[in-house]
Amino acid sequence: MHDMSAHALQHHAPPPGFVRKHIFSLDHKVIGEQYYGLALLAVLIGMVLSWIMRLHLAWPDVHIPGLQLLSKNGAPGGVLTPEYYLQLMTMHGTIMVFFVLTTAPFAAFGNYFLPIQVGAEDMPFPRFNMMSFWVTFVSFCVAVAAFFVPDGPPLSGWTAYAPLSALGAIAGPGQGMGQVLWAVSIAIFCVGQLLGALNFITTTLDMRCKGMSLMRLPLTVWAWFITSCMGLTAFAVLLPACILLFLDHVAGTSFFIPGDLVVSDTLQPHAGGSTLLWQHLFWFFGHPEVYIAIVPGMGIVSHVLITNMRRPMLSHRVLIYSMGALAFLSYMVYGHHMFVSGMNPFSSLAFSFPTLAITIPSTIIVLIWIGSLYGSKLRINSPSLFALGFISLFVSGGVSGFFLAQPSIDIILHATYFVVGHFHLVMALAATFGIFAGTYFWFPKITGRMMNETLGKIHFWFTFVGAYCIFMPFHYLGMAGNVRRYQAFVDDFMQPFIPVHKFITVAALVTGGAQILFLYNLIYSRFRGQPASENPWQATSLEWTIPSPPPFNNFGDRIPVVYHDPYQYGVDGASDDYVMQDSPEQTQSVRDEK
Amino acid sequence: MAKVFAVTVILIAIGSAIPILMHKWVPPVDISTHGPLIDEQLSETMVEAGISFLAAQFILGLFVWKYSNTPKSAKIRNFPGGATGLVTAAVLLVGLEAMALGIFGAKAWASVYFTPPKPDALKIQAQAGQFAFYFRYPGPDGRFGPIHPDLINEGTQNFFGLDPDHDPDSKDDIVTAELAVPVNREVHLLMHAKDVGHSFFVRELRIQQDFVPGLDVSVHFTANKTGRFEIVCTQLCGLGHYNMKAYLSVLSQPDYDTWLKQQATMQ
Repeated sequence: MHDMSAHALQHHAPPPGFVRKHIFSLDHKVIGEQYYGLALLAVLIGMVLSWIMRLHLAWPDVHIPGLQLLSKNGAPGGVLTPEYYLQLMTMHGTIMVFFVLTTAPFAAFGNYFLPIQVGAEDMPFPRFNMMSFWVTFVSFCVAVAAFFVPDGPPLSGWTAYAPLSALGAIAGPGQGMGQVLWAVSIAIFCVGQLLGALNFITTTLDMRCKGMSLMRLPLTVWAWFITSCMGLTAFAVLLPACILLFLDHVAGTSFFIPGDLVVSDTLQPHAGGSTLLWQHLFWFFGHPEVYIAIVPGMGIVSHVLITNMRRPMLSHRVLIYSMGALAFLSYMVYGHHMFVSGMNPFSSLAFSFPTLAITIPSTIIVLIWIGSLYGSKLRINSPSLFALGFISLFVSGGVSGFFLAQPSIDIILHATYFVVGHFHLVMALAATFGIFAGTYFWFPKITGRMMNETLGKIHFWFTFVGAYCIFMPFHYLGMAGNVRRYQAFVDDFMQPFIPVHKFITVAALVTGGAQILFLYNLIYSRFRGQPASENPWQATSLEWTIPSPPPFNNFGDRIPVVYHDPYQYGVDGASDDYVMQDSPEQTQSVRDEK
Repeated sequence: MAKVFAVTVILIAIGSAIPILMHKWVPPVDISTHGPLIDEQLSETMVEAGISFLAAQFILGLFVWKYSNTPKSAKIRNFPGGATGLVTAAVLLVGLEAMALGIFGAKAWASVYFTPPKPDALKIQAQAGQFAFYFRYPGPDGRFGPIHPDLINEGTQNFFGLDPDHDPDSKDDIVTAELAVPVNREVHLLMHAKDVGHSFFVRELRIQQDFVPGLDVSVHFTANKTGRFEIVCTQLCGLGHYNMKAYLSVLSQPDYDTWLKQQATMQ
């Protein structure tokens, strides 16, 4: 453990001017807010793209006013062409996975709260941290620039399977410059995330204040730390993969393109590459990425629930070990995305068993959450509602993993809407609920004002019920064989599915529309919300020991010292029902971790 | 509010289960000899996943109902058995259940992929390209002529790049846009991708397999019911992906023989 001595304090002075304070800031809190802002912008774009796709799927001839302004060729008269549907779909997936699910729960909240929760003034490498955000921002701009090149964005999906993604413009609209921009954008994104992960890991290991042993770290810190370790290895593989894809486009290499391919009656000048190599490299990143999106949410949900249950989890250690087991196993399961890819069928079984085994730590985490609710003193508010919603969605999305983990069942469910329902519930929606829980919970700390509770609760009900209305029917469609990534359902057997798609579209529009409540609440409360005290939730961890909003150096001139584990709730003999982590009050909880 | 949450979660759980119990949204009737094993595996998984889903949502709702807004004087209580009991339950119940599913599922997987096709299985080549499937039958000599990629030309309808003038094996090859197979006869489908990745999916046949450019893969199956079924592409292959389809006709042996003769005359 590192003793944060006086010389470590004030290692950077107060920011001198507007640019240093708000734009090129070295302050981890400002960088966290910048990441949050980027995620918010990205999620708005991603959501509008999903609305356009949903409208088109339900009513293929629908005119969407103004859409032709985005692309004259892609949406003449406001009606989507088949290729533009796929291009929007690619951008929806790319923007949501990389710029929302990776940035908001991990980079945004992690940047803001990890240093404070470990008792540090800042990250050890503030310039790397600033670079991390700005590199990510550049990556976002490059990705969005694909909308404005002549052929538009790529149409190969967020998974960019080769050789469709590697052959260039001949493979389809957007596969030239659009796909190059995609590869460049994701490569840059990887660099940003690697810089961030290094900072998170170093902060957790080296910047802890006196008394902050590893087991006294809040579950959020553990979640961000574990996620950083995953990010360090996963993005380090995706980065070279994107560079190789880029080279296949611009340097005439054939890393992912085999010989003898004939596209549009033209023999392609490539030989010797492997298409499955891309899938292996991509999913070696891609499956840990699922946990990169969800594990921070697990940390946030645990943190929020504990505060609102007024009790610690049944076991702090078991939750940490289980999150660690998820991270460890996440590298051994990636092949379940490739059961019918043409990979050796024996490999499919080898990947199947770790995938089934990963249900064990997942189940332990859920059981610890639900078991801890037993005998608690649960407070219902916006943060706790979203945390409880997270559990429900994580369970619903998780059980469909039982099906997809088995190669034999994957034969009939692969590439259907069942998969779309599964990953949206377990990754996208659950992680989004984690983001909402974190936002409602920490907003008072970040801004010094409370969010409106009534609006928060209405927002929860629309989002929670809406999420199920949208994504549960996807499972039924998939079971009946509805193939994904189709811009229209022309096959005879898919005709009966169209009314269900109409229902889903209406649900998506309503649920998406309800997010205006959240945006309004966010902006209104920032300026007009009720002033928040230092510790409005009577929480115990270090972020609640400093003013709201925190000063630039977090703890002022004070050096925090920690005496307890982070969750001293329901403590006998305490003056209230909780003891702050830095309180020297000598109460001994049965679960005080050393 | 806690009670509303509890009731909502339980209603959602019940509502989600109803379409499954109604058996409306299920794969269509199986027409393959290996399909029953997959269907059985699907049913067993549905039962086990369904119980886990319902139990978790019900207990979540119940605990939220019961333990919210408890009086300030109430004492915090631990779940009987504590974390140890829950970890044991997770490992024993879910872990064993998952492993059992894996072991039994392996049998279904093995029936498709680990048993080699019989030597007398009917060999048919399938080729996928943007955005159509073509099929090739070897003709009376039982041999496929080689593919010359540089000769592939949609305009001249030389979909496989055959050169019958120089390759005697190609002379009697029969190229079709529809896949017809005789009922109750094993078919060994040799899969070749012309340009990018595609996939061969027939719901009723319980077969889905990607075409991998640069790698010739194969599947084998026996259809045991006659009929006409849609073959769809499930691997994103470009702008016409949604419209890339063909038909599988499972015919009686005499009908199949007649069909093949007709196709041979049309070459």
